[in-house]
Amino acid sequence: MASDLIRTDMVIVGAGPVGLFAVFEAGLLGMSCHLIDNLDKVGGQCAELYPDKPIYDIPALPVCMGQELVDRLMEQIRPFNPVFHLGQQAQRLERVEGRWRLTTSAGTRFESPVVVIAAGAGSFVPRKLPLPEAAAFEGRSLFYAVRRRDAFRGRRILVAGGGDSALDWFLALQPLAQDIALVHRRDQFRAAPDSVAKMRALVERGEARFIQGQITGLLGTDGQLEAVRIRTPSGEILHPCDTLLAFYGLKMELGPLADWGLELEGGQIKVDTEAFETNLPGVFAIGDICTYPGKLKLILSGFHEGALMCQKAFKYCFPDKKLVFRYTTSSSELHKRLGVA
Amino acid sequence: MAKIYVVDREGTEHELEAELGWSLMEIIREAGLPIEAACGGCCACATCHVYVEPEWFARLPEPEEEEQMMLDEAFEVKDTSRLSCQIKMTEELDGIRVTLAPEF
Ligand SMILES: Cc1cc2nc3c(=O)[nH]c(=O)nc-3n(C[C@H](O)[C@H](O)[C@H](O)COP(=O)(O)OP(=O)(O)OC[C@H]3O[C@@H](n4cnc5c(N)ncnc54)[C@H](O)[C@@H]3O)c2cc1C
Ligand code: FES
Repeated sequence: MASDLIRTDMVIVGAGPVGLFAVFEAGLLGMSCHLIDNLDKVGGQCAELYPDKPIYDIPALPVCMGQELVDRLMEQIRPFNPVFHLGQQAQRLERVEGRWRLTTSAGTRFESPVVVIAAGAGSFVPRKLPLPEAAAFEGRSLFYAVRRRDAFRGRRILVAGGGDSALDWFLALQPLAQDIALVHRRDQFRAAPDSVAKMRALVERGEARFIQGQITGLLGTDGQLEAVRIRTPSGEILHPCDTLLAFYGLKMELGPLADWGLELEGGQIKVDTEAFETNLPGVFAIGDICTYPGKLKLILSGFHEGALMCQKAFKYCFPDKKLVFRYTTSSSELHKRLGVA
Repeated sequence: MAKIYVVDREGTEHELEAELGWSLMEIIREAGLPIEAACGGCCACATCHVYVEPEWFARLPEPEEEEQMMLDEAFEVKDTSRLSCQIKMTEELDGIRVTLAPEF
């Protein structure tokens, strides 16, 4: 999977609000950035957990929805042409000849003097079934994501969940499956009304089944599922199937960062409060992922951390250059970088 | 001061002082009991799931639709399941008893 090395000033792990704003502060100082995120979209918690909930404590924005904040940040950083590598996880960090070499799950490789970890509470990953036997089936007959739709042709599928992913995959796989059923705790769904209507129509025509209930056990041998035990309002049933697709939403998990040799405290990365640098020189941590005395997990604090971090990052990127403090209001140099000159 | 009783995942019961106006999740978290509450009480994670003692369950205000939707993403949901961040401590709830649901 070895691909060409991408050489840049700053690699940012995590495209949440804090990672995004760091692009702006870095850009003002002439540093360019690549960002990596496990999600297939930018915006971190704001976009994934509360896109349509209001935030009231962003300075000078009396109220702003989660997604709106992300959209505004994207507009603000556009002049600096950040490059996004989405749907991949930053996995390995190594020191090579005085620079950092970072590799993602998709095999993308970066080399840079500075790495900024803006990883929030970790990568968003699918929530797994909390059944002790589940691990034995995972990857063979139990899946938490669909990579290739065709791999499910002719299978007897059970889809679990009540959100858009569950409904979308249920509808997409129905024409390919030998038979298909949907299991969900309630007869109500948190999915696009149109998908719900399509699902109900299939069930009515007898082309698919809906089972109201919760999964309580998996049965099978050697990782091959044979049936799923479901607790329904009228008692426990065994539903025969050979494939289970479970969509229980996402959770955040520290992931590979834990093995990078960073000094951790309660799942967060320790930094100094002058430059938000970690115990590894040139590796910074900002936003929810970092900790120091008095740390508050607020977007506001993450923005501040990003600004200060860039002052020191500059020295790693341009050891021979002098850093001049300038205001965006009055500096023609900054106006040029912002594209407003 | 009002009290709540919380049974942890090992079956041990804890008596906690309950600040009126706080959510049950906040009371449990501040007492240092293991409740993840990943979203900080915004009804966006279901990791503050508890089982409410049946006689207390009946006395609680009905859950909002939003809480029901989030409970859909929890496991081992029972008839007495609630998200503790959505229950506000009031005088009427003095003495309420809840059990922490399994972690996932
Ligand atoms: C419901 C809710 C309401 C909130 N309300 C407010 C509020 O009103 N005001 C406020 O200030 N804050 C609020 N917060 C907190 C705020 O959302 C966080 O402080 C903020 O999102 C932190 O931003 P971040 O960029 O540090 O991390 P995140 O937003 O968590 O983003 C981190 C990103 O990094 C990615 N990532 C992590 N590890 C890797 C890896 N190894 N490889 C690739 N990608 C990785 C993750 O997938 C994620 O997308 C709220 C939070 C929630 C959940
Ligand atoms: S703390 Fe997240 S839903 Fe209650």
